[in-house]
Amino acid sequence: MGPSDLDELYDARILDHARTPRHTDKVGSPDAEGSAVNPFCGDEAHIQLALEGGRIAGIGVQSVGCSINRASASMLTDVVLGKSRGEAVEVERRFRRLMDGGALSLDETDSLAELTALESVRAFPVRIKCALLPWTALEEALEDVDS
Amino acid sequence: MHTIDTERIRQDFPVLHRTVYGKPLVYLDNAATSHKPNSVIQSLVDYYEGYNSNVHRGVHALSMEATDRFEEARVKVARFINAESPDEIIWTRNATEAINLVANSWPQGNLGPGDEIVVTEMEHHSNLVPWQKVAADSGARLRYLPIGDRGSLDLSDVDSIINERTKLLSVVHSSNSLGAINPVKDLAAKARAVGATVMIDGAQSVPHMPVDVRDIDCDFMALSGHKMLGPTGIGALYARREVLEGMEPFLRGGEMVLAVTMEDATWNELPMKFEAGTPNIADAIGLGAAIDYLESIGMDRVREHEVQLTSYALERFRELEEVDIFGPQDLNARGGVVSFHCSDLHPHDLGTFLDRQGIAVRTGHHCTMPVMSRLGVPATARASFYIYNTEDEVDHLVDSLKEALRYFGHGP
Repeated sequence: MGPSDLDELYDARILDHARTPRHTDKVGSPDAEGSAVNPFCGDEAHIQLALEGGRIAGIGVQSVGCSINRASASMLTDVVLGKSRGEAVEVERRFRRLMDGGALSLDETDSLAELTALESVRAFPVRIKCALLPWTALEEALEDVDS
Repeated sequence: MHTIDTERIRQDFPVLHRTVYGKPLVYLDNAATSHKPNSVIQSLVDYYEGYNSNVHRGVHALSMEATDRFEEARVKVARFINAESPDEIIWTRNATEAINLVANSWPQGNLGPGDEIVVTEMEHHSNLVPWQKVAADSGARLRYLPIGDRGSLDLSDVDSIINERTKLLSVVHSSNSLGAINPVKDLAAKARAVGATVMIDGAQSVPHMPVDVRDIDCDFMALSGHKMLGPTGIGALYARREVLEGMEPFLRGGEMVLAVTMEDATWNELPMKFEAGTPNIADAIGLGAAIDYLESIGMDRVREHEVQLTSYALERFRELEEVDIFGPQDLNARGGVVSFHCSDLHPHDLGTFLDRQGIAVRTGHHCTMPVMSRLGVPATARASFYIYNTEDEVDHLVDSLKEALRYFGHGP
């Protein structure tokens, strides 16, 4: 194993999602799409959403980049699947607050599920942008969705 | 075995004695910037404490002393790269500014529609983006010498790429992202044969090997102080006198003029014609001290040390089957740079892992995005060596890489 502080960054849940990311298949004829690129490192995230009855019924994320980016994208899909646009926007805001070091109530923390594992990234400030990249793609996709 | 005494050299570099996360610093990011020896740091303190003053202006003792030291530094740079005269050395902020000076002042009267500028696919953005703008403004065409499979220049079509339409060849001497040392003397001869002007980006070569601008036979060379033990904020442009004399000033203002009336101005002599405003006096003097330090070792021995270290690193990297190494295998055509990529292990994860072991490497595209797309990778990790690096540090890097591969689940 690596040095102990690295184990704090690369929490087992992060490594698990990075190695076997969920919902990576592209959604055919999606209702909304979003992409984000970090020109400094070349990382990318591409998201497609399929909507049914105002809820996210299908999601696909393809990420290119480091394990923090890939894990964040994978966890994102688990959390926002089944949510309405408003709920997904709320999750995105909470996650950004978590990464900013803001305070979250217990309920808010619970709603982020495994995403709370990424709190460890806060101790590595240069890597926070890696965790946020797929959320910027989601934000763009949600702008296409009628509220 | 060792041509230089790294242990003694390390004593001269204060920052090498610090720790990072409780571990000894292993600094392998010298292509980004080098560390500074005590003598360079002290030269800055001496200037500010002893004779801080503006140059070329005052008749008082401090100003004369500052002018003498400042001009001595110019002589040192000229001698270091074998320019014919110190008047051919123009101070700039860095190599980027040196290239921009040429890109702004040289094209007028020298470049037009139908003409061609030749660069390589392995240019740093600093020797690429300015020429894109020059080409767009002048109607000239920008052409590329391609990168071959292993990361050296593919020169099979060089005689059609450099042709009678070529007006400028601007080529990197030693690649920051691949380590390739390009045959600039041969390329310059080909460009000369068709009457083209030649610029060499020496940012990564001048710090690491003997460089002789008259032997290469170039018209311009850009260099950077902070990559060769000097302070940040100082670089230089070498330019052949005849070429400089035909060029308009880059920046206009004080110091660069001879006489100014309400309507007009006449330009000062070289090199002042190209140095408007108060120059970076302290850091120019600091760069002079850096050159003194490098010359006390000898550039042949600097180069020899890096060849040995790179050879040792390439040998040890062979133990890492999962890792691809870019750049030429021929040590004579390679600087002290090892750029590598491991599929499935992103350079950022690797960079963070190594950082926590006290190892500083660069990860990313190294300001050479076209090179990354040519190699088919988003980014690489890069270890780059200098006079104070040791085989023990290479061992530490390779052992940590093995540990990282295991940690991220790719290695044995």
